[in-house]
Amino acid sequence: MAENSIYILGISAYYHDSAAALLKDGVILAAAQEERFSRQKHDSSFPAKALAYVLKEAGITLPQVSAVAFYEKPLLKFERLLETYHALAPQSCLSFMTSMPVWIKEKLFMRSMLEKSLKNFLPPGKSAILPPFCFPEHHLSHAASAFYPSPFDQAAILTVDGVGEWATTSIAHGQGNKITCLREIHFPHSLGLLYSAFTAYCGFKVNSGEYKLMGLAPYGHGKGAAVFERKIRDELIDIRADGSYVLNMRYFNYATGLRMYNLKAWQRLFSVPPRPPESAEIDPAYMDMALAIQKVTEDVVLRLSQSAAELSGSANLCLAGGVALNCVANGKILRSGRFRHIWIQPAAGDAGGALGAALACRHIAGEAPRIPESGDAMRGTYLGPDFSNEEIIITCRRAGAVYRLISDEDSLCRTAADLLNDGQVLGWFQGRMEYGPRALGGRSILGDARNPEMQKRLNLKIKMREGFRPFAPSVLEEDRDFYFELEGEYSPYMLLTAPVAAAVRQPYPEDYEQWNMWQRLYFPRSSIPAVTHVDYSARIQTVNRQINPRYWKLLQTFKELHGCSLIVNTSFNLRGEPIVCTPEDAYRCFMRTEMDYLIMGDCLLAKADQPPWREDENWRSQYVLD
Amino acid sequence: MQSLSDLWKFLRVRKKYWMLPLLVFLLVFGGLLIFTSGSAIAPFIYTIF
Repeated sequence: MAENSIYILGISAYYHDSAAALLKDGVILAAAQEERFSRQKHDSSFPAKALAYVLKEAGITLPQVSAVAFYEKPLLKFERLLETYHALAPQSCLSFMTSMPVWIKEKLFMRSMLEKSLKNFLPPGKSAILPPFCFPEHHLSHAASAFYPSPFDQAAILTVDGVGEWATTSIAHGQGNKITCLREIHFPHSLGLLYSAFTAYCGFKVNSGEYKLMGLAPYGHGKGAAVFERKIRDELIDIRADGSYVLNMRYFNYATGLRMYNLKAWQRLFSVPPRPPESAEIDPAYMDMALAIQKVTEDVVLRLSQSAAELSGSANLCLAGGVALNCVANGKILRSGRFRHIWIQPAAGDAGGALGAALACRHIAGEAPRIPESGDAMRGTYLGPDFSNEEIIITCRRAGAVYRLISDEDSLCRTAADLLNDGQVLGWFQGRMEYGPRALGGRSILGDARNPEMQKRLNLKIKMREGFRPFAPSVLEEDRDFYFELEGEYSPYMLLTAPVAAAVRQPYPEDYEQWNMWQRLYFPRSSIPAVTHVDYSARIQTVNRQINPRYWKLLQTFKELHGCSLIVNTSFNLRGEPIVCTPEDAYRCFMRTEMDYLIMGDCLLAKADQPPWREDENWRSQYVLD
Repeated sequence: MQSLSDLWKFLRVRKKYWMLPLLVFLLVFGGLLIFTSGSAIAPFIYTIF
């Protein structure tokens, strides 16, 4: 019987975080980032492996796809580059000469590049032709990824990121299947790039270390941060009442050069040199700087959200774009009370553009009607590959791994809960892989949040990353208000930060503000210290019984047996490595670290039982530090 | 050819005709520099310029 379903393929690629997503009659069938398959963090190449996966998941071939949507308009981006270089010549010459060869050779012919890559997916023979292309704008892709999967019939949409074609910030209104752009801020004025400039100045990697800067901010002291904040507001950014802003381009180099900031001007302004990347200690000045830019960012985002509410007249808000991954700012919007409900696209960065482009192609270009789903249409963002017990067992046998099969789910969850309660660190590999940067119980490393040593152990022995970085809790949705002040809202994608409830806090000593970073970090701030940041905040994942039944059952069992409804949940990877995708990736990561146990599907693996792991010691050099 | 046609349509829609000479220059000379590097015709290009 001939199938009449309409498949739309979304692609993001050639900048950072390439991905593929596939819709079937508007339902999101599959989506995944290329980095998970290629094992190259933030892989920007054509997402051939992710594309092969989404087609396999749907059981179709490329000729059955009705349209291919690319997440931005390359020619509009080229126009922005040329106009910027023209306007800022001769300072822009170096950047011009660096970027033009790539554009002339490849990016200007994006359609041809895409056709060439996609032709590899056509069956042999001359009859197969490629589907038609659709190129929605970058911010429209973000807006579509935020609005269409949301549970709202109509909503304000706020998208903020580094830059797409021209837009860096946009406010839109979504209603039914339409998205209307209401206001935009254009390059070079960009909140995302301002935040990235501080990320670079504080010694972290642009497009990857922004969340480290956010995690560093709570270590800043009020007084020091206030000085930096004043300077930022006086010199770097002019913020208007409606949230629009203008950057003082005298302080920035990204439009003309190969560096984010103007080194001399910043040193003169802040009287602090840039922090060398990967330096072991972090001077308190950088913590103050992180706090200052975080506060400025929150102020702009709050004002923008107020404008979005006024311009759209809506009580619902959808968020996307890289800045929407700033869960502290998102939490501030939630607590501002301006919106009844907030929904944030879990793949808010450029990877999510693949999904947004496909949705924009369906609903805007294709004019397909949209019926919002209760909850949302993301299926918990578990949109990646799944592996059966048989496949997991084959992997274990091939690796010579020792495993125990626990087919009864209750027994499996009881065993896992007991291990967690004993202070063991557990790899948790279950079901479909998450789409987006957060691990949400599909590819996670778990620990007991009550254990005061857990944060240190996870950071230094398991994840091999900076000791200051906080961890996030997964909590039973039903018990979220006992532990956190979430204002009754849900946070299924770990994109909202909220204060830990007063009932579980432990008061600070009086001289706490004077303590150094490590003293503050290791002070037991609450009965769940591993997930309570130094400012009593937590980045929360609320776990829903219907969306992820096995993960919910684990939490419920942990609560029943050991009296706690939450656990630490961090992504299943090492520093600089993409989150694991396959059982092979998971076993390799398990054996490379001091993780104690691994549960893959129904298989339990104990580290102590495993044969010695033999590997070239240089494996760490595979992963560029993030 | 499809890409060049797209480029022309883009210039028309956006009314950015001022970019045309710059684009022609970039495509011709940039293309020459990129595609002839290491090729057999490279010596002839050098003698022209």
